[in-house]
Amino acid sequence: MKTTSLHAHHIALNAKMVDFGGFDMPLFYSSITHEHQQVRHAVGIFDVSHMGELMITGNDALLFSNYVLTNTITENTHKVTYALLCDHDGMIIDDLLVYVMDATHVLFVVNASNTQKDYEWILRQKNNFDVNINDVSEAYSQIAIQGPNAEQICTSLFTLDTPLKFMEYTTFTKDDHPLIISRTGYTGEDGYEIYGSHQDIIDLWNQALTLGITPCGLGARDTLRFEATLPLYGHELSDQINPIEAGLSFAVKHDPFIGSQAIQHFKAQPTKKLVGIKMMDKGIPREGYTLYDQDVKVGYVTTGYLLPTQSSGLALAFVNLTSASLGTSLTVEIRGKHLACQVVKKSFMKKNYKKGV
Amino acid sequence: MGTKLYSTSDEWILIETDQVSIGITKYAADQLGDIVFIDLPSVGQTIEKDGAFGAVESVKAAADLYAPIAGEVISVNQALLDAPELLNEDPENTFIVTLKIDQLDIDGLMDETTYLNSKN
Repeated sequence: MKTTSLHAHHIALNAKMVDFGGFDMPLFYSSITHEHQQVRHAVGIFDVSHMGELMITGNDALLFSNYVLTNTITENTHKVTYALLCDHDGMIIDDLLVYVMDATHVLFVVNASNTQKDYEWILRQKNNFDVNINDVSEAYSQIAIQGPNAEQICTSLFTLDTPLKFMEYTTFTKDDHPLIISRTGYTGEDGYEIYGSHQDIIDLWNQALTLGITPCGLGARDTLRFEATLPLYGHELSDQINPIEAGLSFAVKHDPFIGSQAIQHFKAQPTKKLVGIKMMDKGIPREGYTLYDQDVKVGYVTTGYLLPTQSSGLALAFVNLTSASLGTSLTVEIRGKHLACQVVKKSFMKKNYKKGV
Repeated sequence: MGTKLYSTSDEWILIETDQVSIGITKYAADQLGDIVFIDLPSVGQTIEKDGAFGAVESVKAAADLYAPIAGEVISVNQALLDAPELLNEDPENTFIVTLKIDQLDIDGLMDETTYLNSKN
């Protein structure tokens, strides 16, 4: 199994480890509940070095990025863009963050388990574009610092030339080494994601821990992103799901790109929708459980939890459009029993992003 | 003080004459992590040996409870409905259900030493 540069640190912290996307990663250090609460109320640090990085270089780097991605990529070198990679049928191959370094260098940050698949797909689309595509994942380590106290911690760790707002990035140097920092994350809280060489990221991790930050594992990363209703590939997103039904129209531009025609069709004739589900009866709606409307099967749960911060079981679920209106009473089958639940707004918390400086 | 035996699916039973309490082992509780929910059977329900009779759920996962022995449920630990975390705090002394048994079929069950060795 693959490991990240911080692997020995996780073992030293006695983390419970788990296989994720082929990497031996920490599930939790203390407990998922504790780590979840720390990120909501203070600040936590995550090793996310398993994420993949693909670098698109060449004169057509921007043109090519716009061809393969659903969202508009401009030459703005401070903006981070969320985008999807879709196939010709408009189905989602992956979701990613895009960092335009300059007109000839564009960095795609992709899901660990999809890195190889994405790389191969993108390479096959190269045709006559003047670009090179490189999987540079092995060169980068990455940490995420997330929570209301993230800014305070980061001010103690390094100095940035420009203050960052949500979805902006900049570069800074540490001992003359370049690092990338963005005000982004996967928790619904304010925070940063930092990319650098293995040693620089290990150093930052160690320094952050001396400042009292809570190390958090993938368990809390999943409960936090779920509470913020952020999709996860393999759950809410897959190559059987299109961006419209996944509720990601905001990341789909009007200009043509691979899959745009098919996606226009889905827009005109949607059939199912990603919704929020709240339990009315006691129970936890888990991934894969079936949803019923008057005994007719109408959908399935993609992620579900009883969160430490919530009193009812909650889920994200795909539901046929006819049963997807807010307030619709459904049932979910849990261990052979049909328990009452309801379609609710796909928003389980107020997001705390840093929109203004 | 009754006899305590362990199942391969990480439940324990405490045998006191014709009554048997069932709980989950410390190993199971540690593997699950924070337990946040329990699904209990009803009093009067008959459960079969190796049959699923409920579930414990942590933040991350749902785990079915399997009966190491057959019997009729004569009591359930109601306190667990409001405080499922008791199963993390003291799993080896927190019963989930008590059964009245007809016969003591301990086939496939282990003593503590054998169970603990099987987890190493």
